[in-house]
Amino acid sequence: MSIFVDKNTRLMVQGITGKEGQFHARQCIDYGTNVVAGVTPGKGGQKMDDVPVFNTVKDAVRQTGANCSMVFVPPAFAADAIMEATDAGVDLIVAITEGIPVMDMVKVKNYLKGAGSRLIGPNCPGIITPGACKIGIMPGPIHKPGGPIGVVSRSGTLTYEVVHQLTLKGIGQTTCIGIGGDPVNGTNFIDCLEAFEKDSDTSGIVMVGEIGGTAEEQAAEFIIQHVTKPVVGFIAGLTAPPGRRMGHAGAIISGSSGTAQGKIDAMKAAGIHICENLGTFGELCAEVFS
Amino acid sequence: MKIHEYQAKELFKRYNIPIPKGSVAFNPDEAGKIAGDLGQFPVVVKAQIHAGGRGKGGGVKLAGSMDEVATISGDIIGMNLVTHQTGPEGRIVKKVLVEQGLNIAKELYLSIIPDRETAKVVIMASEAGGMDIEEVAAATPEKIIKVYIDPLMGIQPYHCRQVAFGLNMAPAVMKPFVAMLSSLYRLFMDYDCSLVEINPLVITAEQTVIALDAKVDFDDNALYRHKDILEYRDIDEEDPLEVEASKFNLNYIKLDGNVGNMVNGAGLAMATMDIIKLAGAEPANFLDVGGGASAEMVENGFRIMLGDENVKGILINIFGGILRCDVLAKGVVSAAEKVGISVPVVVRMEGTNVEEGRKILADSGLNLITAADMKDAAQKVAQFVADK
Repeated sequence: MSIFVDKNTRLMVQGITGKEGQFHARQCIDYGTNVVAGVTPGKGGQKMDDVPVFNTVKDAVRQTGANCSMVFVPPAFAADAIMEATDAGVDLIVAITEGIPVMDMVKVKNYLKGAGSRLIGPNCPGIITPGACKIGIMPGPIHKPGGPIGVVSRSGTLTYEVVHQLTLKGIGQTTCIGIGGDPVNGTNFIDCLEAFEKDSDTSGIVMVGEIGGTAEEQAAEFIIQHVTKPVVGFIAGLTAPPGRRMGHAGAIISGSSGTAQGKIDAMKAAGIHICENLGTFGELCAEVFS
Repeated sequence: MKIHEYQAKELFKRYNIPIPKGSVAFNPDEAGKIAGDLGQFPVVVKAQIHAGGRGKGGGVKLAGSMDEVATISGDIIGMNLVTHQTGPEGRIVKKVLVEQGLNIAKELYLSIIPDRETAKVVIMASEAGGMDIEEVAAATPEKIIKVYIDPLMGIQPYHCRQVAFGLNMAPAVMKPFVAMLSSLYRLFMDYDCSLVEINPLVITAEQTVIALDAKVDFDDNALYRHKDILEYRDIDEEDPLEVEASKFNLNYIKLDGNVGNMVNGAGLAMATMDIIKLAGAEPANFLDVGGGASAEMVENGFRIMLGDENVKGILINIFGGILRCDVLAKGVVSAAEKVGISVPVVVRMEGTNVEEGRKILADSGLNLITAADMKDAAQKVAQFVADK
């Protein structure tokens, strides 16, 4: 088993004819993902390789039964693309786009309330169930299919680092999710923790956070109440200075909240095994998950 | 993006938000002329830098005469102003705002920000306005009123009433306050602000509401649709190396350490900084070359790191996803040939096309130190720096 995506996922790619969208759609197809449609307004009727392209998300859903969308639309138009997919009833929307204005995401998030769609991202690497379905920009070969560890992270390449170290230790993954580095995003840590806790094939969880906001502290609270599986955690940004935006729009320490130490303390209090030195992440996981 | 107080007040003026009379001066003569035009004393002379805490740092002073205006503005312009927000190195003041003094009856705090948790816009206000608002928020959070607004619905009169009654506003100032708050919300939404803050918002003895201070920050991701705001950018307030990096779309922040580091991805970059520190050295910067970096970007990143004279060693940590290791390696080789690399460079690469990348580095004849993994890389670079 896995969470959110599997062999039955029918993927459409919004922005499939763009340079990035095309490149990564092909990578996903090569990995074995069932890519059934693409959407680029004005290019309906064309094909990208063997994938039919539609003008609207509604057309793509109606004609191909797509139930998941990967968004590669440029930042100025990405909020619109996410709302279009929501309006068309797409179950899962994975927004890769980086640099969407915060107020656009604030509106999207309010629009999503009460709608049936789940959003992952934006500004994220995507989601992968190794060996079954890759939706995103992560390098496929670093993953090891078959579980039993679920990975959830706010970062991109940092997730690859962590997954790579797991794989080198012979520890496979059920599903790996990058929830994105923006201050306002869709699926959060708690959603993923809840799903991993319920997933019978997942026996342990890796949670990677970074400075800014209070998502890790809230996740720690949730773990105390609802998670029985062992969790290994890492927080990036111990050396980051306050008041500076460290690349991710969400990664900024304001006042006394959002510091790495505060997050680490909260996570330790929740019984999470904290990795202090990223260079030894794989070793700690091998120890905790054995 | 940050702007100065006087620029924020220009924006306030456009939105009919009341501000004190005054203007910006670049030297004592101009300051004197503005004070003369105001025709009343005292006037307030305020240092214009992109940081808060100016009053406590000695950058805001009252002047009771023309002589005092000249002395005070002369002292402030050119001073190195240190506040809790500038860091210990401080900031050189290049201009002052000269404004009329007011008969202050009450000082309030008012701000608008997007709230990441609820995805609403939140208005925060407090009767305990003034210099120590951060301490008020930490020690007595109940003194801060918060009113959440659904951005799809927008601000309604009852939101404004909640804030006004929460601040124990006198009936006489209720109406102008509500009008001002609605305008402030409009400004916030129109310009994709990440912060609008007035501290203090004053009620005068004459029962008027005036924004004595003004702070407006903008969402960098939305600047493409607010070209007029770009004219407010003050490059003097930014680190020269950071300005240079931004020209090449590099995400660079200068820090105080001695190990330069170049990484792809913000999270991994922060984790790399942390592991450098754990190995016993100090990171000299944050540098994220991003997912789609080209050989040229890598080369420029190198040049910028070497532009920091504190850098005694460099660690390159790349996990190739979109950015392929061979592209990175070509950038490193070309930078080494063009710029000349004067300090030890440790390279750790993993991911897409890693074999090709390693081969390019090995065949280059350059004296690069390769590392097996992150831990190895951090230890090696820390060792080189310690040996210096």
